[in-house]
Amino acid sequence: MSPLLSGAILATLACYAIAMALAVVRLLRGPGAEDRVLALDFLYVNGMLTILVLGIRYASDMYFEAALLIALAGFVSSAALAKFLLRGEVIE
Amino acid sequence: MNAAVPLWIEALVGALLVASGIASIVAAVGLVRLQSFFMRMHPPALASTFGVWAVALASILWSSALESRPVLHAWVIPILMAITVPVTTALLARAALFRKRQAGMDVPPPLSRS
Repeated sequence: MSPLLSGAILATLACYAIAMALAVVRLLRGPGAEDRVLALDFLYVNGMLTILVLGIRYASDMYFEAALLIALAGFVSSAALAKFLLRGEVIE
Repeated sequence: MNAAVPLWIEALVGALLVASGIASIVAAVGLVRLQSFFMRMHPPALASTFGVWAVALASILWSSALESRPVLHAWVIPILMAITVPVTTALLARAALFRKRQAGMDVPPPLSRS
């Protein structure tokens, strides 16, 4: 791996870290519960992207499965939280 | 495993990754700075469409170049996101609309005439 690509990967991971920090700002400050759910969903997407980029960095297939699991868990948790906000319970 | 990956593939992979990082930062800035909740629902879509597509393309390109054969399994992630993100977004928007109506805030009224 050339210094060009490892530098690009480092810059990308720094971008994700800054984006996650900004999402945490919204998560802590958000006026309503729905803002916090939105920020949590964004955090999930960024975590998944971070793991995919680490999979490129270390040229390993294990990271792909972890990213797939995180994408699924993010969908299920965000949908459950939105359903909770809508109805007051998750499974009726 | 072939160790010598051409430089233009590395440059393309790096450019895709940096573009995805920039999309993610723009989405986060929008998430923090926009005024109302319904405006704030828009920017995360930038990360979950463009960001995910760019990283998946970079991953496909890089692992195909490393193994000198097409390695396509990273397609699964953008397809999964394309199926699940609209569901989450619609549910969250309905929940926010319902809660803001309950709180008596200024949001559009229901369309049904019951």
